[in-house]
Amino acid sequence: MMKIRTAKRLLGYSFGAITVASGAAQAEGDLFIYNWTDYTAPELIEKFEAETGISVSIDTYDSNETLLAKLQAGGTGYDIVVPGQGFVPILVEENLLLPINGPELLGYENITEQFKDPEWDPGNAYTIPWQWGTTSFTVNTDVFEGDLNSYDVLFQPPEELQGKVGMFRSAEEAIFQAQIALGVPQCSEDPAEMTKVLDLMKAQKPYVLTYSSTGILERLVSGDVLISQNWNGYSMRSRMENPSLEYAYPPEGVPAWVDSLAVPKGSENYENAITFLEFVLRPENIALQSNFAGYANGVTGSEGYMAEDLIGQPELSAPADVPLIFGKTCSPEAVDLRNLVWTTLLE
Amino acid sequence: MKSLRALLVTYAGVMPSMLMLVGFLVLPLAIILVFSFLTPGPYGGVEPQVSVAAYVKLFFQKDLYGDLTFNSSVLEIAFRSVKIAAISVLGCVLLGAPVAYYIAQQPKRRRNTLLLLITIPFWTNLLIRTYSWIIILRDNGLVNNFLISANLTEAPVKLLYTEGSVVIGLVYTYVPFMILPIYAALERLDAGLIEAARDLYASKWRSVTSVVIPLAAPGFTAGSILVFIPCLGTFVAPELLGGGKHLMLGSLVQMQFAAGRNWPYGSALAMMIMAVVLVCLTIFALNARKTGGGMQH
Repeated sequence: MMKIRTAKRLLGYSFGAITVASGAAQAEGDLFIYNWTDYTAPELIEKFEAETGISVSIDTYDSNETLLAKLQAGGTGYDIVVPGQGFVPILVEENLLLPINGPELLGYENITEQFKDPEWDPGNAYTIPWQWGTTSFTVNTDVFEGDLNSYDVLFQPPEELQGKVGMFRSAEEAIFQAQIALGVPQCSEDPAEMTKVLDLMKAQKPYVLTYSSTGILERLVSGDVLISQNWNGYSMRSRMENPSLEYAYPPEGVPAWVDSLAVPKGSENYENAITFLEFVLRPENIALQSNFAGYANGVTGSEGYMAEDLIGQPELSAPADVPLIFGKTCSPEAVDLRNLVWTTLLE
Repeated sequence: MKSLRALLVTYAGVMPSMLMLVGFLVLPLAIILVFSFLTPGPYGGVEPQVSVAAYVKLFFQKDLYGDLTFNSSVLEIAFRSVKIAAISVLGCVLLGAPVAYYIAQQPKRRRNTLLLLITIPFWTNLLIRTYSWIIILRDNGLVNNFLISANLTEAPVKLLYTEGSVVIGLVYTYVPFMILPIYAALERLDAGLIEAARDLYASKWRSVTSVVIPLAAPGFTAGSILVFIPCLGTFVAPELLGGGKHLMLGSLVQMQFAAGRNWPYGSALAMMIMAVVLVCLTIFALNARKTGGGMQH
């Protein structure tokens, strides 16, 4: 995608003087997007450019921490950034975002109830949703025939699953589900609570084959593991290769994430950024993004425009009675405790 | 005047290596050292507040009541890492020494071809090569399929996700670093010395243990160091082949700089690893002096 854009720009430069079209595009100005790698649908951008005449440039990052550091350093010139929900309050607190006043945006009513006025951004003062997903676990239902929607299946696996359990490798993701199973808050600073979490995971450890976040799909499909912590999109792809691989929705809830669009301080094209936000709030447009990335979005009515293989997939939409528990960015004390649990578990 | 000029020439000559040492060794080390004595920033990074908390944390953690108590996790992880690295060094010696000896015995043109072959695996990305071992070692992988079809075993033997598979992965990855220095030492070996030993009625075995190995000792030492250090810090093989069930020092450090958001602690761990390496190297060096050095002079 970037290559095509660069090529286009080069063409633009060489013929700029005589091409009317490129002159027109310049007149509408620019939009600089700073997004996660491989996370901006080229079709979406092409349509936006064609419709508005605004010329879009994209730069990419690989973690919320990188985004934070870049914005703190200042002088980025970005107009759109895409922080995860845990980092939105931090960016706001550090005074790095411009208000967008969500409810006044054209198309605000299209946002699903779930993502209107969210915990991490009251009143959508700074953000609108981009893509979201859940984390749970995938079970091979050929081997396990009971009710898979219970954290007991993962943490106290029955005999047929013992020794065939796959866990995430990152402390944050792996421990989050144990916390939900025990009703412990994600950012607990209480050592007694976190000791319960450690005990649960220690008891599970003899039955775990791997703590690894790479190759989850391969291990599930090959049968090396029969139950594995997993991301929803990944679980869907595993099921495409083996129909018996089902994604669990335990009633206690599942970890969830949502990346949002925001306008950073220092944006020189604020008007264009708002135009982009309103463009994205139209269901037919955000559907292009979902089709590209394979994640759900927070806009009502976009299903009608989504690729057939994404519609009605159980992995992409949680049952209404299963709470989505959005991850937070924890205090240093809580992070310390979490690391202690992890290091002790894997010592 | 002349001596000043000579001095300048000497300095100019030393300059490139000095610059490299300062830029690529002293400065980064100084940064790690300074960071290890600072306070962690809330979202990663450090804050300019001097503290020894990171070093205390290596051995003591807050318990349920907020008191500092001794915690052996880091020591156990360090011990395991040293053990696996040491076993891998041994594996590399057993596998690499005969190969190096064989290559050194070949005619010169053949030697170069063989050395080229040794380096061929490096043309492929490490992650891909490590992944291939998963396909070989897993329950329905090549080895187990062969064992089962040859009726040597009924159920698959558990090969993958064990400490053994980690060692296999490490030996496979780093054995070239053992072969090359040993070969370099053997290549320079005066064949007359072996003949002399044989003339003096040394058995074949005796001439190897008393002549070849002591003379090639610098090669063994260099190879061992080249293998030991990266093995100690590795985190690809432990995760992919060991299943990540046990942390190694490398993963522990990496964790502190990522989700752990405790750079000073990560830096203190790195300093500790360096201390471990230094101690191990001193032992290596002393051993080498006892065995190899004495024979050479």
